[in-house]
Amino acid sequence: MYTQLVQPDESSAGDAGPEASVFEDKIDRAVTIEPTDWMPEAYRKTLLRQISQHAHSEIVGMLPEANWLTRAPSLERKLILLAKVQDEGGHGLYLYSAAETLGTSRDDMIDALLEKRAKYSSIFNYPTLTWADVGAIGWLVDGAAIINQIPLTQCSYGPYARAMVRICKEESFHQRQGYDVMVTLARGTPEQHAMAQDALDRWWWPSVMMFGPPDAESAHNEQSMRWKIKLFSNDALRQKFVDQTIPQADALGLTIPDPDLRWNEATQHYDFGTPDWSEFYEVIRGNGPCNRERLGARRAAHEDGAWVREAALAYERKVRERATA
Amino acid sequence: MNAAAVDRSRFEFLLRAGDNGLILGQRLVVLIGHAPILEEELGMANVALDLLGHARMWLSYAGEVEGANRTEDDLAYFRGASEFRNALLVEQDNGDFAATIVRQFLFDTWHARALGAWSASSDERIAGIAQKAKREVDYHVTRSGDWVARLGDGTDESHARMQTALAQLWPYTGELFIADDVDRELAARGIAGSPEELRDAWLGDVAAVFARATLSIPEDAWTPSGGKRGLHSEHLSYLLAEMQSLRRSVPGTRW
Amino acid sequence: MSKDIWPLWEVFVRSAHGLAHKHVGSLHAPDAEMAMLNARDVYTRRNEGVSLWVVKSTDIVASEPAANEALFDAPKDKSYRYPTYFTVPKGVKHL
Repeated sequence: MYTQLVQPDESSAGDAGPEASVFEDKIDRAVTIEPTDWMPEAYRKTLLRQISQHAHSEIVGMLPEANWLTRAPSLERKLILLAKVQDEGGHGLYLYSAAETLGTSRDDMIDALLEKRAKYSSIFNYPTLTWADVGAIGWLVDGAAIINQIPLTQCSYGPYARAMVRICKEESFHQRQGYDVMVTLARGTPEQHAMAQDALDRWWWPSVMMFGPPDAESAHNEQSMRWKIKLFSNDALRQKFVDQTIPQADALGLTIPDPDLRWNEATQHYDFGTPDWSEFYEVIRGNGPCNRERLGARRAAHEDGAWVREAALAYERKVRERATA
Repeated sequence: MNAAAVDRSRFEFLLRAGDNGLILGQRLVVLIGHAPILEEELGMANVALDLLGHARMWLSYAGEVEGANRTEDDLAYFRGASEFRNALLVEQDNGDFAATIVRQFLFDTWHARALGAWSASSDERIAGIAQKAKREVDYHVTRSGDWVARLGDGTDESHARMQTALAQLWPYTGELFIADDVDRELAARGIAGSPEELRDAWLGDVAAVFARATLSIPEDAWTPSGGKRGLHSEHLSYLLAEMQSLRRSVPGTRW
Repeated sequence: MSKDIWPLWEVFVRSAHGLAHKHVGSLHAPDAEMAMLNARDVYTRRNEGVSLWVVKSTDIVASEPAANEALFDAPKDKSYRYPTYFTVPKGVKHL
């Protein structure tokens, strides 16, 4: 889902030197590629784009949930949500750190994000209108993230795979806390139950679309799959998400807003309706409900913080100069 | 209903301690997504998590001492501004990053000294909470102190912003060291030392960092107070309205 | 604007029961003191009993992959250095 529109780089399709065969041999033997290893330019570029977009998704993803920190309806929920949002920031940081090993800098990546040259997951461009949205995000969005992240722990690029292992360990409570919020609301007063259903109604399709366009319409992914950058197809992951989530919704007594949803006895999977892909493309293009706000917030923080970052560096310079004086 | 007298002084102490953590924690969570750099968001979130965690411990105990079946959430979400007992300092606006750091540093340094004193409380539970909290707050002092130094002795701009912030917030520190009847009773009973006793040590802590930061302590006799009596600034009712709105909108339910 | 770009630091953590520092990632900080504070906040969530090293990335000297053969070539003619080379007689423990 972090590769929703990552076009795999084809620039070094002609690589055939001795280093290339060492590289391919490592891939075949599942030996991780590390930062100082030779790698095809296409591999480096594709990974860099994917990892940095994954990182951007984490830090932009903090915003929709941070929106409810001040209003969380119990002290315990406030603390749990704060810990979750902090984790997401941490995940962004691990990923920026992995991306920097590929020859970019945090600053370049942030510039690319703020100048809209880099993308982030579509899902974070939707508003969190009620407290139930916080539950829905944890349940659906983190649920989808886990499906995507576990295979990535097998990614061929060492720093990315290791970051994913660390992230998966911390992710364990994220989905649970979201589902727990939904359970409490679904079993609560009629008003709370309605709040939960309303959140599901608004977050279901965006969550389904998180896995990216249908395979038939997606960028040519064979190279990425060979290199273990992208391990499963969009449709395969999407199907897995739907199959695992429907019973969870049933347990909540909530209705998935898809009239075409039905269990297929023959395939042993759920058949489901077609998302509105035009909405998806509009959101990716920057015209979702919150795109401008999300980036605006990150841009303001970055610009407002310039004097702080400068001051810290100035202090360090002064201390160093005094020490050598 | 039990007609035994509520230990009012102890209850007041716990509300004061809890409300400081709750209100300052509430101020800090707003910064998530808006800090100068990602690393700082994570650091600030840790401070907020600590403070809110302490607040829960103080307020839970307060509810037990009061004996009216009020939980930590009842106290946090269903009291009005006039019933809150936090110091005026913690409810001040975040302002720019300089103001946020100055407010934090002035509070952290007092907080560490206070927790040190409370660790010797005759009330075992208070002593226990204080000891645990102090380990975390010592770290807060290091963190905010490091920022004060870097911003005070950084660039001309950062220095100016820090001096402005200090001029604005320094007057609110006086209240931290004013003893009232409740404080005097708690001191007499060995539950908590008098706030006045902390002033000199605190001034030493603060002056040392300000020297490193090339910041000068404002000369200002104005000493606003009233937090302990529920007489707050205009900020608090806005803060509480936001904090309590959802919980109050559907009362008597689980969240 | 290079006057507001913080340098990169690599972070190494040895857990309370660990035997060696492991590389866990990197972060940005203006100086060593703040790098240490940030490393605690980001990579250890301030667990006690953990040892942290922070090193400026530019201070790290890494071996070149091409030189690996010379530096790290397992001495195939000295396989007796590996315990698995030897067969331990059945029933003999603690070897």
